[in-house]
Amino acid sequence: MPEKFTTLTSKTLVLTQENIDTDQIIPARFLTTTRRDGLGKHAFHDWRYDADGGETNSILNEIDPSARRILVAGHNFGCGSSREHAPWALMDYGFRVVISTDIADIFTSNALKNGLLPIVVDGETHADLVAHEGQDVTIDLEQCEIRRGNRAPATFTIEPFARQCLMEGVDTLGWLAGKAADIAAFERARGEAA
Amino acid sequence: MTQSNSPRTLFDKVWDAHVATPESEASPAVLYIDLHLVHEVTSPQAFSEIAARGLKVRRPDRTYATLDHSTPTLPPNAQGERPYVSAAAKAQVATLEENCATHGIRLAGWESADRGVVHVMAPELGLTQPGMTVVCGDSHTATHGAFGALAFGIGTSEVAHVLATQCLLQRKPKTMRVTVDGALQAGVSGKDVALAAVAALGFGGGTGHVIEYAGAAIRGLDMEGRMTLCNMSIEAGARAGMIAPDEKTIAWLKGRRHAPQGAAFEAAADAWLALASDPGARYDKEVRIDGAAIAPMATYGTTPDTGIAIGARVPQARSTSDERALAYMGFAAGEATTNEPVDVVFIGSCTNGRLGDLRAAAEILRGRTIAPRVRMVVAPGSESVRRLAEAEGLDAVFREAGAEWRLSGCSMCLAMNGDFVAPGQLAVSTSNRNFEGRQGKGARTILASPATAAASAIRGLLTDPREFMDATKEAAHA
Repeated sequence: MPEKFTTLTSKTLVLTQENIDTDQIIPARFLTTTRRDGLGKHAFHDWRYDADGGETNSILNEIDPSARRILVAGHNFGCGSSREHAPWALMDYGFRVVISTDIADIFTSNALKNGLLPIVVDGETHADLVAHEGQDVTIDLEQCEIRRGNRAPATFTIEPFARQCLMEGVDTLGWLAGKAADIAAFERARGEAA
Repeated sequence: MTQSNSPRTLFDKVWDAHVATPESEASPAVLYIDLHLVHEVTSPQAFSEIAARGLKVRRPDRTYATLDHSTPTLPPNAQGERPYVSAAAKAQVATLEENCATHGIRLAGWESADRGVVHVMAPELGLTQPGMTVVCGDSHTATHGAFGALAFGIGTSEVAHVLATQCLLQRKPKTMRVTVDGALQAGVSGKDVALAAVAALGFGGGTGHVIEYAGAAIRGLDMEGRMTLCNMSIEAGARAGMIAPDEKTIAWLKGRRHAPQGAAFEAAADAWLALASDPGARYDKEVRIDGAAIAPMATYGTTPDTGIAIGARVPQARSTSDERALAYMGFAAGEATTNEPVDVVFIGSCTNGRLGDLRAAAEILRGRTIAPRVRMVVAPGSESVRRLAEAEGLDAVFREAGAEWRLSGCSMCLAMNGDFVAPGQLAVSTSNRNFEGRQGKGARTILASPATAAASAIRGLLTDPREFMDATKEAAHA
């Protein structure tokens, strides 16, 4: 069940690299777990640790993740594999929002299921956020606005059902399970015994 | 279900036939799933989720599982112990075995002759059929679109949705037709078409879309080449890739274990052929590629859209991300990538682990040996592929050339089972992703076809396979 999301104000972390794929977010060798918790330590593992396991000078090792809950990333974030471990790792690390000029489809779907808000913005808004890294930004899901300082709010769009689920903490599996009668009727209409 | 009389695409027809409840402004469609494929890596948390809610698997008969991602590709030792990379990997496999037993799900496990990489196995068994909706917790599920199925990858939460309800909540995606005209040159494979298509679309160019591949070059591909092409649709960011069923599709499916049999097959085949897009059907986006202009391709960067003709010069970096990719790969703009020593060659994966792929590579390797510096690993896409290849003596060709012949599995494609490329090493791989660290931390990956991989293994340099194909012909005439 996703954590509810209405508004969030936090400082940003900027990773301008384009095409940050899910193998960067969490390398495949950490996918042997059968749990979904505790993956934050593997988030961006190969950026944060060198071959001997020592910490690199990555900004991801410098910051206090609890104070930087909004990730501003380069174009086409979350591309690659369907591993839901990617949003699990990002959330366990501390992020609640990912902003980019393009975000991959499966990552978006996975993120929304877990209460990690993926936001696609135009190039101008993105450039402003990049230029003001580390400043407080407010994400308002009710108004669908991004607010920073005195700058005019930027608006964003989000699939309405996903927005409702996030704002009200709706559990999508429960919602879908509530459609059991319709699903059974569909199966009967196809001539299958349900 | 609303069905207008306006011309419909292949995608429209499959989508319309699976809408259990239509989408509205407020909520997505409830889309019925015909076939749910399951593997050990992306399913355990989904089974835990439904167990925690006291739910059962709604349609175990529409669910089929295999072991592929975290499984060792080396055989068991004398005590029968398999060389898992870790206790966690072993436990993950055991978890799927338990979950399948609990819920009555068929599992092509260690003892099954059917086990294989999920996207190789399911078509082989005839589980994948035209017009179906197929999902799996794996982004390369689009592979099954080669049969005219709507097939796409899902996350673990959605795996739980399908386990519990046999449905997904989906907004209808946009459509894109990628038409590849003309006839492919000799020595150009489905992989080269895939790399050319991804390069043409760009890494995120297909986001939000379902691709339909059409045109003479696509119709000319065999089913394995079509699977390779559809497999890589996700590398352009597309939700799925589809190809209209034709006589090749039907011939390939006939007699497969889970395909309809006898008169039922003939009736099904008629329905499958009717899935082709109607004349005049509209797409949200159209892209055309000249198939005759496609040469054997190889990537130079760390995204799959960086394919260029082998021997072509690396283009100038256009962003700091491009610069980072070139620095990581050790390639320079303006230079070819054919002079950098290759350390590892990998043949396998859901992209290129089929019998035809192994034949193409073996054709080039037959009677030759790989360069001394090269380590070459061949992991068949399924146990069936392995048996068929061994029956033809392909394993001997690979072994005699100096390659390692493995059990089936995802292996070095994503390097989570202990098969990996060492830091800094350069690999020519028939897999699908060349991301930083994809094949192992610090590994550098060139994506290419099986023929190119084999030619590169011999030379120890990235090599156009036509050099050996011509030599083979000359030798035959001599």
